[in-house]
Amino acid sequence: MSGAPAEAASFKARADAALADRILKVAVERTAGTAEAKRAVAVDAFPDFQAARTRAAAIKDHVVAHLGPYLEQFEANAIAAGAKVHWARTADEACDIVIALCKAAKAKSVARSKSMLGEEIGLPHALAEAGIGRVETDLAEHIIQLADERPSHIIWPAMHKTREQVSALFKAKHRTPHEEETIAAMAESARRELRTQMLGADVGISGANFLIADTGAICTVTNEGNAELSLVPPRVHIVTAGIEKIVPSMPHAVHMLRMLARSATGAALTQYTTFYTGPKRPGDRDGPEEMHIVLVDNGRTRMREEGLAEMLRCIRCGACMNHCVVFRQIGGHAYGGTYPGPMGAVLTPVLDGLKQSRDLPNACTMNGKCQEVCPVRIPLPTLLRGWREKSWREGLEPQSLRAGLGIWAWVATRPRLYRLGTGMAVRAMRLLGSKGWIRSLPLAGGWTRYRDMPKPAAQTFMDQYRKENGR
Amino acid sequence: MTQRKVALFVTCLVDMMRPRIGFAAIRALEAAGCDVVVPEGQTCCGQPALNSGDTEHAIALAKQTIVALEPYEAVVVPSGSCGGTIRCHYPELFEHDPAWLPRAQAVAAKTWEIMAYLDEQCGWKPEGVQVTAKATYHDSCSGLRELGVKAQPRRLLKPIAGLELTPLAGEETCCGFGGTFCVKYPAISNAIVGEKADAIEATGADLLLAGDLGCLMNMAGKLNRQGSKVRAFHAIELIAGMGDGPAIGEEA
Ligand code: SF4
Repeated sequence: MSGAPAEAASFKARADAALADRILKVAVERTAGTAEAKRAVAVDAFPDFQAARTRAAAIKDHVVAHLGPYLEQFEANAIAAGAKVHWARTADEACDIVIALCKAAKAKSVARSKSMLGEEIGLPHALAEAGIGRVETDLAEHIIQLADERPSHIIWPAMHKTREQVSALFKAKHRTPHEEETIAAMAESARRELRTQMLGADVGISGANFLIADTGAICTVTNEGNAELSLVPPRVHIVTAGIEKIVPSMPHAVHMLRMLARSATGAALTQYTTFYTGPKRPGDRDGPEEMHIVLVDNGRTRMREEGLAEMLRCIRCGACMNHCVVFRQIGGHAYGGTYPGPMGAVLTPVLDGLKQSRDLPNACTMNGKCQEVCPVRIPLPTLLRGWREKSWREGLEPQSLRAGLGIWAWVATRPRLYRLGTGMAVRAMRLLGSKGWIRSLPLAGGWTRYRDMPKPAAQTFMDQYRKENGR
Repeated sequence: MTQRKVALFVTCLVDMMRPRIGFAAIRALEAAGCDVVVPEGQTCCGQPALNSGDTEHAIALAKQTIVALEPYEAVVVPSGSCGGTIRCHYPELFEHDPAWLPRAQAVAAKTWEIMAYLDEQCGWKPEGVQVTAKATYHDSCSGLRELGVKAQPRRLLKPIAGLELTPLAGEETCCGFGGTFCVKYPAISNAIVGEKADAIEATGADLLLAGDLGCLMNMAGKLNRQGSKVRAFHAIELIAGMGDGPAIGEEA
């Protein structure tokens, strides 16, 4: 089944399992294909999209270069608005803070509005360990929770599941499941299941798409309005956000929002875009009594120092994975980390260590499409190549590859020897072929398992050229 | 008119697997009024090392290539990905080397993908070439995204009498070759090229054209394994009037 690949030991094993899963392929293609088409239309209709990307990248670069001052400004304004601000250096610290806040609120259950940072720090797991009930209010995240799986995409956590699979899951797990096989009936089933739990939660936990420095506001976007419904009724609202989510002011946030929605789904804006500034004030009819904001580093300052500052521009739109030929074949679980696709291949080595994840930066054809669509112009192929260099330097690349490339380079830096060698190689290869094609080539089994190899010409170009030119 | 002295960088793959592409390049360049030289010191541009993270060997090969290509007015490459390596990545490789950086930049600045060079620099078009066939074109990634090769091959193919160019669905989508990617992750690569082969078949074209031998070998190899009748050529072969020869994988 589609959830299984995440448990397999190696990237290759997970990728193989994903490639064998035809339902997964259909599911991924449906969502990513639609997103690709819609984004193309939205970008065409956007006046000077390229200039808008440049501006978006500049906004992020500016704040990433001045993180300290902007975060301090944000903190001061958030406190002035009545919120409490907490700082976490690591994933564990972040979870500890959230759990302590939940315990202080005597929370039996929390309503969570999906955030990738929550996944990154392992919050669902930490809540379970602490014995705190959790209701996932994002529909896709709810599906994932029912199936006991991990998200496979940063915008559509359940993109690996088909509607048919979701229907079966709801029927097995919901108290009063749908009877009609329509989207509307299924949504209604989820609504019945979730509403009461949401309204009964003691604490609401969300992420933030943007932290606005000059007002101390946080901004969330959802398509289902679940953030509003899960954050307003509970007594306590906890926000967890990566420190790179900061923007100077509302106009900057609005520019980024326009880039985010179009790049993600091709929509002009998401259905629900909400700004929260502090808890309920005297005279307000509703809203939480307490608002806590947990600002999480978890490797981000280190990224800035280690040549990955450009990655901190990422606004988690998912365009890079939607357009990635590798992601489209294997889906998100095969990547094995919190973040999949090209951006995940850059981030996972930061979070999980390069030794564990060296396959990810390698499993990329360097075709450049991700960079072409990234709304903040992150040079993803360059960053991936940076990981490959590090992996090479640290001796993590397979010995066979190191030896092979070493011999190749040794010969290729000696042109005379190289001519001799290539001439011989060509003649040897010709012996293996018949009728122009080689069906099985020693040492290139990876190629000939799936493809034929054309038989080379009788003589290399250089040999023929020298002969023709009488040298 | 003085002839432009142009160095042809053949690429290791063309040298070994399909020399015709090199000869087609020479023929077209000469027709466009260039004086073509094939510098002796060249071997491989170093891309396999570069993309594997083996910077040390990439630098050694880049230095050798720079020395071989420095004396010429322009460098022309029948491959977007090798051209992209020289033009975009050589300067990056020597970012912190003040002695080599200007040399790398100078070679980068005069390096061109063959079809971009013929079209943009020479303003040349093939004359009197005829190929009666329906062809489709795949835009290889590095040429497209690193060097902006898109319209130039189409402009050069247009004057060929009898040639009908039909669009390929997903023509800008990677074919799954990716240099060493195709042997490091063969199963994923196969899934990608499988879809590409289906898209090519769906066009009903007789010929598959592209500007990079690596991608062509990948697609043609997959098509052949599937028993397809589609024949594959480097576009420059047709443009140079060598489209009547054997396609990739056909006996001469
Ligand atoms: S890397 Fe770029 S395209 Fe990918 S999720 Fe981040 S912002 Fe979007």
